[in-house]
Amino acid sequence: MSNFAIETVGLNYNFGSQTVVKDLSLQVPKGSIYGFLGPNGAGKTTTIKILLNLLQSPSDQVFIFGKEINSNRIASLKRMGALVEQPAIYAHLTGKENLVNRCILLGIKKSKCAEMLSLVGLTDAANKKAGKYSLGMKQRLGIALALISDPELLLLDEPTNGLDPNGIIEIRNLMIDLTTKHGKTILVSSHLLAEIERTATHVGIINKGELLFQGTIGDLHDLSKPSVKIETDNQEKAIEILTKAGAEIVQEDEQTVSVIFKTKEDMGNMNALLIQNGISVYSIGKERKDLENLFLDITSKN
Amino acid sequence: MRSLYISLVSEFYKSRKTLAFWAAIILPVLICGLIAFGFYTSADKVLKNNYPGLALWAQYSGAALNVMGMLILPFYVMFMAFSVNNIEHKNDTWKTLFTQPLNKFSIYAAKYLYAVMLLFICLLLFVVLTFATGYLLQVLVPKYTFNDYNPMLILTKFYSKLFLASLGILSLQFVLSLIWSDFLKPMGIGFIGTIMGIITANVGWKYAYLIPYSDPTLALRVTRAKGAKVEDFPIFTQEIWVSVIFAAAMFIIGYFILLKRNIK
Repeated sequence: MSNFAIETVGLNYNFGSQTVVKDLSLQVPKGSIYGFLGPNGAGKTTTIKILLNLLQSPSDQVFIFGKEINSNRIASLKRMGALVEQPAIYAHLTGKENLVNRCILLGIKKSKCAEMLSLVGLTDAANKKAGKYSLGMKQRLGIALALISDPELLLLDEPTNGLDPNGIIEIRNLMIDLTTKHGKTILVSSHLLAEIERTATHVGIINKGELLFQGTIGDLHDLSKPSVKIETDNQEKAIEILTKAGAEIVQEDEQTVSVIFKTKEDMGNMNALLIQNGISVYSIGKERKDLENLFLDITSKN
Repeated sequence: MRSLYISLVSEFYKSRKTLAFWAAIILPVLICGLIAFGFYTSADKVLKNNYPGLALWAQYSGAALNVMGMLILPFYVMFMAFSVNNIEHKNDTWKTLFTQPLNKFSIYAAKYLYAVMLLFICLLLFVVLTFATGYLLQVLVPKYTFNDYNPMLILTKFYSKLFLASLGILSLQFVLSLIWSDFLKPMGIGFIGTIMGIITANVGWKYAYLIPYSDPTLALRVTRAKGAKVEDFPIFTQEIWVSVIFAAAMFIIGYFILLKRNIK
């Protein structure tokens, strides 16, 4: 058995001549909250649609719980719950009726509805027409619809869209609850790193259809090690001296050079070394990239 | 089969509060009610003609049948085919529908079948209500001769023809509404089609029966063999065959359109 709830192998997808997903190899471990990150139009929703078999993928590229999706469509969908783009809700039905309709389609007991409504805090609005719901309430109802079949795997496409801060925290806690207490796996997409950072155990960053980073949240933090930014009057010579002394250059531009930060003493030594070699140091300082900048960096590279 | 049944139940559940569903009931009640009311209030005028039982039934049921066959039925069918699909277009729920662990063909077939069932319910009510209000009029106006003839067979045959002859329009409009989410395109095409159907049927164009929109009008023109009884006329005439075959073809084409359309 595969340890991945979702695995794609070199997945490619085109809309006509336009490549939307390029050589994508997602690996979503069971029991994880996988943050699927990317700017708008990066291919997140397309990927989620492929994972739901709404878009036909080439054979042997998409596996859900180790099973090829095209040949196991119904079996795979039975184990999944999804919220894609805006929640799809029948506006002329009440919140409860929307859930009852889903129960009919899934062949599950209607008593599940009340439980779901209280889970997402819509019990009081159960008999109100869903078309009259606020955006946040619709989003909650969408989540209730995704959860009602008690799926092992949840695909949530920007679930906190339109929610107030309270709602965002509730969804966040719900996601953590579902994975830790109920052993679910969640793939959650977002274009905001800060939002994913708090909950995700794993992160995949996609831009222009390509996966630029994939790993645990720890791996991502490791990428954002602090560095020392130095501004001198002689860039070339400074770099030469610093490399000779064993410093690792991470970035350089016309005026400044950045090297990996080790200790404060090391920073002092570098300063002294440069001055001893006749270079004027205009400024030297420790810098730490936050994840937001890191994300921008990663996604602006391709 | 279970997928199909589940999807069908869901179709009923989600549209039971919509106009498309209620129109199937309101339309026959309203039309039959109005005609019955007319026959009741102007009973004196009708009685002057001294119709025998059969002719009276013909007058009475013809009032509903002719209006239905010509105009109201095609428009009702267009509206219904639109509504059944629009419920998913409007709410953007096609994608949810197709992420349920159900066979794709069942979901589609259930939708189509639901539209056919609505049409069936509507026409069945016409038969039942025409029959029932006729006898009710007999009770209210004892001089009427409704009692002299039992129209059940002939009514059933006429409405069966009408039902089968409408399947062509229903399927075509169903597919049009599947393709376009807006109201105007399928309605516009349907409107032009209906007018064309009425004209071609009425000028007696040789090939009018090949146009689905003229089939309901044509289906009500009955030719009997000489000396045959009033009830003796064939149900499966050429325009009925055209309608049924056309419906089957559109049903299959619609499925492939739906598969393609979800790829985007």
